[in-house]
Amino acid sequence: MRTWREFTWLVRVKALSGLARGAHGAGRAGRIALVLGVGGLTLPGIYLLLLRFLRSLQSTAEVGPLLAAKLLGLGLMLLLSILLLSNLIAALSSFFLARDLPTILAAPVDWLAVYGARLVETGVSSSWMVALVLVPVLAAYGRVYGAGPAYVGYAVLVIVPLLVIPAAAGSAVTLLLVRVFPARRTRDLLGVIAAAGVALLVLGLRMLRPERLVNPEGFRNLMDFLAILRGPSSPWLPSQWTADALMGFLRGRADPFLPVLLWGTAGGVTALGAVLHQQHYSTCYTRAQEGATRRVRWGRLWNGLGRLLAPLGPQRRELVLKDARVFFRDATQWSQLIILGVLVVVYVYNMRVLPLRSSESVGRYLSSLVTFLNVALTGFVLAAIAARFVFPALSLEGRTLWLLRSSPLPASSLLWSKFWSGMVPLLVLALALTLLTTAGLGVGPEVTLLSVVTVTGLTTTFTAQALAWGIAYPKFESENAAQIPTSIGGLLFMLGALLTLGIVVAFQLWAMRGWVRSGLPWRQARPPSAEEMGVAIGFTVALCAVSGALAYRDARRRLERLEA
Amino acid sequence: MIRVEGLVKKYGEFVAVDGVDLAVGSGEIVGLLGPNGAGKTTTLRVIVGILEADDGRVEVDGHDVSSQPLDAKRRLGFVPDRPFVYEKLTGEELLRFSAGLRGRVGPEVDRRIDELLELWDLGPWRDELVESYSHGMRQKLILSSALVHGPSTLVIDEPMVGLDPAAARLLKRLLRQFADQGGAALISTHTLEFAEALCDRLEVIRSGTILASGTMEELRRQAATESGDLEEVFLRLVGGIEERRIARALTGDPRA
Ligand SMILES: Nc1ncnc2c1ncn2[C@@H]1O[C@H](COP(=O)(O)OP(=O)(O)OP(=O)(O)O)[C@@H](O)[C@H]1O
Ligand SMILES: [Mg+2]
Repeated sequence: MRTWREFTWLVRVKALSGLARGAHGAGRAGRIALVLGVGGLTLPGIYLLLLRFLRSLQSTAEVGPLLAAKLLGLGLMLLLSILLLSNLIAALSSFFLARDLPTILAAPVDWLAVYGARLVETGVSSSWMVALVLVPVLAAYGRVYGAGPAYVGYAVLVIVPLLVIPAAAGSAVTLLLVRVFPARRTRDLLGVIAAAGVALLVLGLRMLRPERLVNPEGFRNLMDFLAILRGPSSPWLPSQWTADALMGFLRGRADPFLPVLLWGTAGGVTALGAVLHQQHYSTCYTRAQEGATRRVRWGRLWNGLGRLLAPLGPQRRELVLKDARVFFRDATQWSQLIILGVLVVVYVYNMRVLPLRSSESVGRYLSSLVTFLNVALTGFVLAAIAARFVFPALSLEGRTLWLLRSSPLPASSLLWSKFWSGMVPLLVLALALTLLTTAGLGVGPEVTLLSVVTVTGLTTTFTAQALAWGIAYPKFESENAAQIPTSIGGLLFMLGALLTLGIVVAFQLWAMRGWVRSGLPWRQARPPSAEEMGVAIGFTVALCAVSGALAYRDARRRLERLEA
Repeated sequence: MIRVEGLVKKYGEFVAVDGVDLAVGSGEIVGLLGPNGAGKTTTLRVIVGILEADDGRVEVDGHDVSSQPLDAKRRLGFVPDRPFVYEKLTGEELLRFSAGLRGRVGPEVDRRIDELLELWDLGPWRDELVESYSHGMRQKLILSSALVHGPSTLVIDEPMVGLDPAAARLLKRLLRQFADQGGAALISTHTLEFAEALCDRLEVIRSGTILASGTMEELRRQAATESGDLEEVFLRLVGGIEERRIARALTGDPRA
């Protein structure tokens, strides 16, 4: 009873401070409206798209239902792996690194209350978004199968344990990792594990070759295809249990054993986690206080880089050097480059296996359309990367901002160095992506030029926009760089960037429509005219330059007025 | 040299500093005393240009902090109340960064860095990441970074926190020499013994306004005590707490 009271107290304190952070301060109404607006757009969007897709599947008699079930299983498996990774990382900070821990541990609170409260915190912070996305997905399945209100209850019954299991398992694994490595080292390690995990996930999904599923002709015959669909995908994974339970219920053959299995596993894992916590937590927490690396490596490399940057002048040089050092010495930061690398490989590979090279004229028409799609997708990737790496640039200065603000460093120099140290790596990536994919698509030099100009322009304006939003909505107290963009400011940046991207691509499609149509089978193919190119490039450059300059100016104004 | 006139700083509606005037001449060490939440940190942060004043003027060496911030900041060395620095830089790198921000590079800076690290006994730690430094070591590092570019004015917020007795003594001697060579230092502190021994003048602040100022002698007169050390003067000025209330707080017994 006492433990329960302590537990609810701990959880309440967290929830209240979280709410206070979200619901107070300037622009509260705007922020809430924005969250509701974005949620109100995305979630129904997912619902409608999925509903349409599932309906079209149902019309293919034999394969459809199997495919729908398979899809649900795969989706939940993906979700489970994401949850496991994010719980691992969240557990490290909530159990070992959070700043309020010394206070809580010094208070006479029962260990079980601490375990429970931190488990809830870990689970909620890493699953709420996933749970939210699940709502339209499950709703679409329910709708297609004409499920009644009982389905809602049943879905909650089988989804909740699926959220509990990774939270408890992730916390337990983190505990064991900290038992072996010091926490700061564990944090580095987890960063790398998470990055490698995501990378493997992406590669694995790619390896499954999902395009086969929608393209049955690729199989030797229909029976092979059906065999693959029928085969048990992963009978040992809780995600499969949930998927089977849901599909069974929807088809009117609910298996009473599966919910029991799910809840039993969730309870078991949680109990196991509790036992581990009781046995090892205090040792682990003590270990967690040790520092990680002491000596720095690669001194000569840094010195070389320093000499290379000498022409920038001392202020800008030191700023760029400092940012680079801080980034590459923090494993939670650099390890994300692994994910990035894998994404690039997969993306380029995807573009290259598209069956567009064929000399058929349909292929020609498609490939000109795909060029625009390619620019759009590259732009999207760039926006996401800018959100992750450029947006937090100011917030990461956080509590060390006094060093900069009390020195004679003009805001413009600070912005300048943040801009270029974000823009240059992003541009290298953008150009690599573009050149590798356009070469694969086999397009002419004019289109390659257009693509290069477009991604260069987009990179410039995205960098400036990310900085501007990041300065307008700083999050100084965050300990985790990856969390900084998951704020209103990050959302606003993504919206702005995608709007820019949409306008650019739509305008280019319009400006080049004559050329695109000339690729149609019954037309005479021709390269784009100088006029088309001029209009498309001119507009793109102008839009990117103007939006970038406006964002940059706004960023500088805010930075000058910033108090720390 | 620091000159502050009619400084007002608000956090939202709350007035943290309410019309503060003070001056620190060259060769002078001035102590800023006051109870918790009096507005010391806020005042110092406005002086070094981290916060913007809502009203009033701040000048450093004759340069207005809000209209010529770069000129003012070039002459300043600042030590904040809590020693947050980049965890992933080494001590030496941090000092070089700090000097670089002020446009100082080259062999002269290298020499200064060596000297400062030796002075504070940080030599063996110079190539280690700050994340493995203790609180006091960080404080020493930040004191070094405030001195590395040879400022003419020092603004220090609670310098004694975390320093061991040897380092505290070193800091006192260092500040004395700094002033003797013509520097100006404004120091907020709760260590009254430090303030009494070191400061040429004292400013006592409460609720954002200056309550009393002057030399130790002048403060005694204002507090209407003949003898008495700074602690007594301070408590008379800002008001102390009766024994009875302490006993009550300890035991929770209202009759105590
Ligand atoms: N960021 C802030 N937002 C709102 N109010 C603040 C902020 N920082 C300080 N204050 C308020 O301003 C007043 C002055 O704070 P300040 O930090 O200057 O006090 P101080 O004299 O340095 O105290 P201490 O001796 O405890 O360091 C306090 O009442 C405090 O509550
Ligand atoms: Mg203070």
